Amino acid sequence: MGIENLIVGFGVAATPYNLAVAVLGVLLGTIVGVLPGLGGANGVAILLPLTFRMPPTSAIILLTSLYWGALFGGAITSVLFNIPGEPWSVATTFDGYPLARRGQSGQALTAAFSSSFVGALFSTLLITFFAPALAEIALKFGPPEFFAIQLLTFSSFVGLGGGNPLKSLVSITLGLLLAAVGLDTITGRLRFTYGLTPLMTGFDFIVVVIGLFGLGEIFLRMEEGLKFEGAKTGLNLRVVLETWKLLPRYWRTFARGCVIGFWMGFKPGGATPASFMSYAFAKRFSKNPERFGQGEVEGVVAPETAAHAAGVAAMMPMITLGIPGSPTAAVMLGGLIVWGLQPGPLLFKEQPHFVWGLIASMYTGNLIGVLMVLLFVPAFAAMLRIPFGILTPFIVTACAIGAYAVHGSMADVLYIIPFGVLGYVFKKLDYPLAPLVLALVLGDMAESAFRQSLIMSQGTLLIFFRRPIAAVITAVAIFLFVYPFLAGWWRRARRAPPPAATVSSDSTS
Amino acid sequence: MEPKVGVQPLSAAPPTAGARERAPVRSLRAVDVAMGSLLLAVGGLFLVSSIRMGIGWGPEGPQAGFVPFWLSTAMIVCCAGIVVQAARRASEKTFVTREQVGRVLQVLLPAVAMVAVTQFLGLYVAAALYMAYSMRWGGRHSWAFSTLLPVAICVAIFVVFELWFMVPLPKGPLEAWLGY
Repeated sequence: MGIENLIVGFGVAATPYNLAVAVLGVLLGTIVGVLPGLGGANGVAILLPLTFRMPPTSAIILLTSLYWGALFGGAITSVLFNIPGEPWSVATTFDGYPLARRGQSGQALTAAFSSSFVGALFSTLLITFFAPALAEIALKFGPPEFFAIQLLTFSSFVGLGGGNPLKSLVSITLGLLLAAVGLDTITGRLRFTYGLTPLMTGFDFIVVVIGLFGLGEIFLRMEEGLKFEGAKTGLNLRVVLETWKLLPRYWRTFARGCVIGFWMGFKPGGATPASFMSYAFAKRFSKNPERFGQGEVEGVVAPETAAHAAGVAAMMPMITLGIPGSPTAAVMLGGLIVWGLQPGPLLFKEQPHFVWGLIASMYTGNLIGVLMVLLFVPAFAAMLRIPFGILTPFIVTACAIGAYAVHGSMADVLYIIPFGVLGYVFKKLDYPLAPLVLALVLGDMAESAFRQSLIMSQGTLLIFFRRPIAAVITAVAIFLFVYPFLAGWWRRARRAPPPAATVSSDSTS
Repeated sequence: MEPKVGVQPLSAAPPTAGARERAPVRSLRAVDVAMGSLLLAVGGLFLVSSIRMGIGWGPEGPQAGFVPFWLSTAMIVCCAGIVVQAARRASEKTFVTREQVGRVLQVLLPAVAMVAVTQFLGLYVAAALYMAYSMRWGGRHSWAFSTLLPVAICVAIFVVFELWFMVPLPKGPLEAWLGY
């Protein structure tokens, strides 16, 4: 039955209009991924208002294609300029940039794009076959189960995100509290508005994304002084074909990267640890680990496969459970609501054309993506030569437009500045931003699920442990919340030295 | 160390020229402590407001302040932990240097001005002025270039948003005079 639905989906995704939309999305996404200060999340956020008048399926295809494009674009800057466009392309710089410095950038880029494609394809295949089943299970979920999953979402940032668990927790609680600002949907009371009218509608997370990720990133880039000393692209058909002949010998790395990527990615916040973990595994199982970091093709394959597999897998909880797996998926979820769709398991039953069109477009979008980046790398890389005196005001203007167009509210334009400064300071102090955004998105849903559960149980928290599915998920969530603290105490108690490199510590989590 | 000025210390020091450009404006530790304290205060604000809304059990189940109360409590505890951690840490790493603050303000101040001007003149005029300013004084492009490109970009934005996708953006007196 999965295959039949997929064929229907291709009928939707492969219409000339939707293919053109996908090409446009990938093009914009790659631009967004290459340009400093813009990434998948705020690229999607800025573009969202333009989709309000499109059919929902074309709209989601535009946004997802933009996301794929951004994932590919991140690899371009990592390899050529040693600037990771996104956190999960950090590991790609380890070997990608040395390769480029040796004049083998064509090889590095081909390896990066091809592995991204393989990772994406793997996750898309799994989504095709498992998403309907997951949605079927999720249809039986009540508020306690949904709250348990939301709790798991947040706990995975604390337990798997690495970094300071206290700072992750502050990000989450601040996001949830900001989400509570405005009208309380259960009691109908206004909360935390202090008599100020603009606060009554609360903080829209799209505006917060634009501020935190868009402006915040610009400030960081400005501080670093914006010097791009890039390697030449050197990508032509001969290099591509030669690299492709080379790649099959890394099939083990591909397989590991796919599995790690999907597994980490379909739980939230997983793309970055997935890419590091995949890199660490590739290095550990390699016959010559000493070559990693010096410009080893396998060191590009591993993180890119995992990161892209994770990036695609992040769509799975979004379409099946209505819970986004990444900030970018969160913005798309916001889009779904704006287009009049109810995200969650019912989507498969009520909007099959939308869901299967979306899944089919993951195949077409990624195929279009890999072909386009292979063809147009020099053009994309050339964009980094636009002087920042032109680029910066343009990006800031785009941020302001994106913020205004969400609700047509002037207050939203004002918010992006303080959130931009907050994003800048948070990044510098290692407060993670993704959990804040997801908390802001899930805040209302999580709170009402929690309160409904308590109403069901007449006030006892035991409801989360009396229902079997909720109990298992809640237990895992609690374990992930306390894990970093326990691990810290354990390490101190045994007086063992902390792990030497961040890469190896990520692989153990 | 003034704990309550988490964001402002960037510009607090008096401007001095040349040789001290690489001098740290604030240490990482000081900013970490300041930010932790600021967030602690924010948590406190939420805590007080939630208690006022009622944190117990009402006719509709948990009252409006119930969840925010526990969230802000958790936030305060974590912030306190961060402040203690940061204050104990011996390292004296730099948060920002004077030169870096200058570069950030180069973007921040015009952006603030643009957002402020948008409220009165609409987004198109504000964006054009802002881009022209950045290109002329930030990028040192010629006058002709710095006037024509922003106008062209704004016309393009107008075509895409207002005409093509029919998303209205804030307009001011100029657009009114032109008949929109």
